[in-house]
Amino acid sequence: MKKHLKIWFGIVLAVAVVAACGWYLSRYPIPVLQPAGVVGRKERDLIIFCAVLSIAVVVPVFSLLGYFAWKYREGGTKAKYDPEQAGSRMAEIIWWLVPSFLMAIIAIVTWQSSYALDPYRPLESSKKTLHVQVVALDWKWLFIYPDQKVASVNEVAIPAGTPVDFEITSDTVMSSFWAPSLGGQMYAMPGMSSHLNLAADKPGNYEGVSANISGKGFAGMKFTVKAMSDTAFRGWVYDAKHAARPLSAANYAALARPSYNNAPAYYSGVQSSLYDTIMMKYMMPTQTPEPKTVHALDAAKAVD
Amino acid sequence: MFANLLGRLHWSSLPQDAITRGGAIMIVVLGLSALVALTVTHKWKWLWHEWFTAQDPKKIGVMYIVVSTLMLLRGFSDALLMRAQQATSVGSSTGIVDSYHFQQIFSAHGTIMIFFVAMGFMFGLINLVLPLQIGARDVAFPFLNSVSFWLFFAGMGLINLSLLLGEFSAAGWLAYPPLSELKYSPGVGVDYWIWALQIAGVGSMLSGINFLVTIIKMRAPGMTLMKMPMFAWSVMASMSLVAFAFPILTVTLALLALDRTLGMHFFTAGAGGNPMMYVNLIWAWGHPEVYILVLPAFGIYSEIVSTFARKKLFGYTSMVWAIWAIVLLSFTVWLHHFFTMGAGANVNAFFGIMTGVIAIPTGVKIFNWLFTMYRGRIKFATPMLWFMGFVVIFTIGGIMGVLMSVPAIDYQVHNSLFLVAHFHMMIVGGVLFGYLGGLTYWFPKIFGFRLNERLGRYAFYGWFIGFLLAFTPLYILGLMGATRRLDHYDASMGWQGLFIVAGIGVLFLAVGIAFQVLQLVVSIWQRDQHRDLTGDPWNGRTLEWSIPSPAPVYNFTTIPVIYERDAFWVTKQMDGKRRKHYEDIVLPKNTGAGVWIAGFAFAVGFGMIWHMYWLAVIGLVGVVVTLIVRSMDEDTEYVMTAQEVEKHENALARRRMAV
Repeated sequence: MKKHLKIWFGIVLAVAVVAACGWYLSRYPIPVLQPAGVVGRKERDLIIFCAVLSIAVVVPVFSLLGYFAWKYREGGTKAKYDPEQAGSRMAEIIWWLVPSFLMAIIAIVTWQSSYALDPYRPLESSKKTLHVQVVALDWKWLFIYPDQKVASVNEVAIPAGTPVDFEITSDTVMSSFWAPSLGGQMYAMPGMSSHLNLAADKPGNYEGVSANISGKGFAGMKFTVKAMSDTAFRGWVYDAKHAARPLSAANYAALARPSYNNAPAYYSGVQSSLYDTIMMKYMMPTQTPEPKTVHALDAAKAVD
Repeated sequence: MFANLLGRLHWSSLPQDAITRGGAIMIVVLGLSALVALTVTHKWKWLWHEWFTAQDPKKIGVMYIVVSTLMLLRGFSDALLMRAQQATSVGSSTGIVDSYHFQQIFSAHGTIMIFFVAMGFMFGLINLVLPLQIGARDVAFPFLNSVSFWLFFAGMGLINLSLLLGEFSAAGWLAYPPLSELKYSPGVGVDYWIWALQIAGVGSMLSGINFLVTIIKMRAPGMTLMKMPMFAWSVMASMSLVAFAFPILTVTLALLALDRTLGMHFFTAGAGGNPMMYVNLIWAWGHPEVYILVLPAFGIYSEIVSTFARKKLFGYTSMVWAIWAIVLLSFTVWLHHFFTMGAGANVNAFFGIMTGVIAIPTGVKIFNWLFTMYRGRIKFATPMLWFMGFVVIFTIGGIMGVLMSVPAIDYQVHNSLFLVAHFHMMIVGGVLFGYLGGLTYWFPKIFGFRLNERLGRYAFYGWFIGFLLAFTPLYILGLMGATRRLDHYDASMGWQGLFIVAGIGVLFLAVGIAFQVLQLVVSIWQRDQHRDLTGDPWNGRTLEWSIPSPAPVYNFTTIPVIYERDAFWVTKQMDGKRRKHYEDIVLPKNTGAGVWIAGFAFAVGFGMIWHMYWLAVIGLVGVVVTLIVRSMDEDTEYVMTAQEVEKHENALARRRMAV
């Protein structure tokens, strides 16, 4: 009777915990598992594939652990006791081979997905790729649209359904650019330029963060990806083009100074060479915050 | 002039905020009361002669474990603060500490838990058990062993001094540049980190060499490599990794120190420096480090499971191959810590696959342990519970690790709390559970009495349940987009509920730890009821159980000759009474030189941190001079004659009879 009660109590508790978790999680987004972009979706599918495959390991391990612990317990005298048994060639071959087989499957998946989901690989689309240059600053994100000649802080607007090539660098310490709803993550490093190709399925606002510690204001280094229709995007660019502040050298220097929890801001009059200038200043023997002259830039490009 | 002598040290270096001040005052008060207690009870001499100058690896092992236990409490209080911060710092609330302070706390937590808890615990257990298991009276270089411990102690001293003077690094436990460079971290924090690890790291490297030589040269006659206990194999593998990996750490830290102290540009953002080089180097040490810690734990599980299942270890040869496969592979996977740095698909795919491949030998070991239980007679003593808990947690954590080994998956979970949950499952569930089980298992051999079983079980349940509660929510949080090291987040993310669950889990862990403290106190209190009179409380299989408990200073009256694996078990089956036979035994004399060297090394570290270069020079000269003086000393050993050994054995036997 007491045993029955215990079992029922256990079942009720388990159901209650699962229900509570389900209820809690249903109220909030889980961007990695509910992606809103083609890259994130493929990455989610990979997670699920590997998780399902892992059942082939988890189930035998846990059931053998429970079964052997119960069957060969000290009190259970019925089970056979064979203290001299020290191995079995057949059994060991099996558990060298089965994990190797599973790993071979994962290795194939790893190889293929590393190419298919290479962050540098442009996404296939009939639409023209949008170029956005991302600069990590203390402690905010600057998004430069070199073709549109506008820029924004902590907000990046993209047309939904259009592939976006984020070109990422840092004008301070290392940060990591991560928009989990769209998929993927890439380090932002001074003097280095990395790429992350993403796209949003449909209009919506998606949260993005920095995933690498960068100092006091790290937690506030967040941005919103605003995916919108093509028309709305043109409107957004139009508004930014008419923003009061141009991103002049002086304004950039002011922006680059450390600040916390920045609200979104928009800049007009962006020079298309700004990103290269920021990157190249780390290639020079001395660090000067001012943009280089054309001559210096050419010299740096020659080195590159 | 005087101000110059003090370098960067100033009144303002004393703690300024309430929480640090509280911690500092607590440390000072505890330290002072310990000093007063020792003085009042006239224990200084005893402490110096019996412990500080000891060359007996068993005593050095005990000192390692005492320090590691204290550091576990320190690292755990950091964890409590972090959980409190993340459970409360939501929306308009900013929690209990500011971001900079929070960053120091998690940097200290990681550094302390790896270097001064896990490493210390590991070297402690190796010191206690390894010579006994291979039938040796000592390690190959007893004095070096003492130097290693005291360097570890000096490093521990420096890292805790940062609470009282100045600040600790806020750059994470691996201090990635450029953040850790002078430009972005101008304070003393990163210097504390560098010098604490540099000094302790040199100690670890020396230990690695010491134990490696001990295993190769000092096994009892007849104990061929393939007759060694599995713990000895795992230590041999782990120490080989130490010998190859720790030099990388030493060089990397030295280069970072050159950047910070002499204005060089190895890892700076500009002027030709390359931060990515640092990240590569630190993980070329850092990934083998994980296996350095976990392999000895694997060895402990092997001993525990075959002892408590009262059966031979299943697949001994497979186990050995698996260990060495892990050793080799562990040097081919470091890049998986930064798939997101933008290496090409080729590079990422290679390192991803190599990472997955490590799961094969690890999985083989799990199945071998499980089949050691098959047709055994399993006694569920506390060490066996730690083993069972390990299998559950390590399997889940390992699966998550294989998941993250696929680069395209890693892009979505890297640096998130998913990763944090994974590596805690490996290092707590894999490493620490093993060490705690091992400590319970070998405790009677060192102290002569067993730990209280019931309280040990309660402690295990506290740890196990608390651990799952504390870290399962972190997987979900990671998938919800929560990155690690956040001191604040918005309520709209919906993370707070899960952070609170994790916080409750940590409270369960605290209960587990409280039970462990209680277990220790009660066991000492009731030690006469739990005396180990036979020297073999668990019906053990390996040599350490063939001698009385506590193990005498010379370990074995006569060095045993080995014919089989599980040498002691075989002897017991033959039921042959061994004839008592005594011989002269050469033992190392105690020396305080290790303490002096570490003291001078501490001065080097302190001088470099605070820019008191005169002190650093004095310290360096002190280290060299002490080493030279010690090398000149030819009178470093003494002989315990056969009669003395017999007298000692009889006295030990009488004391056991008296109980």
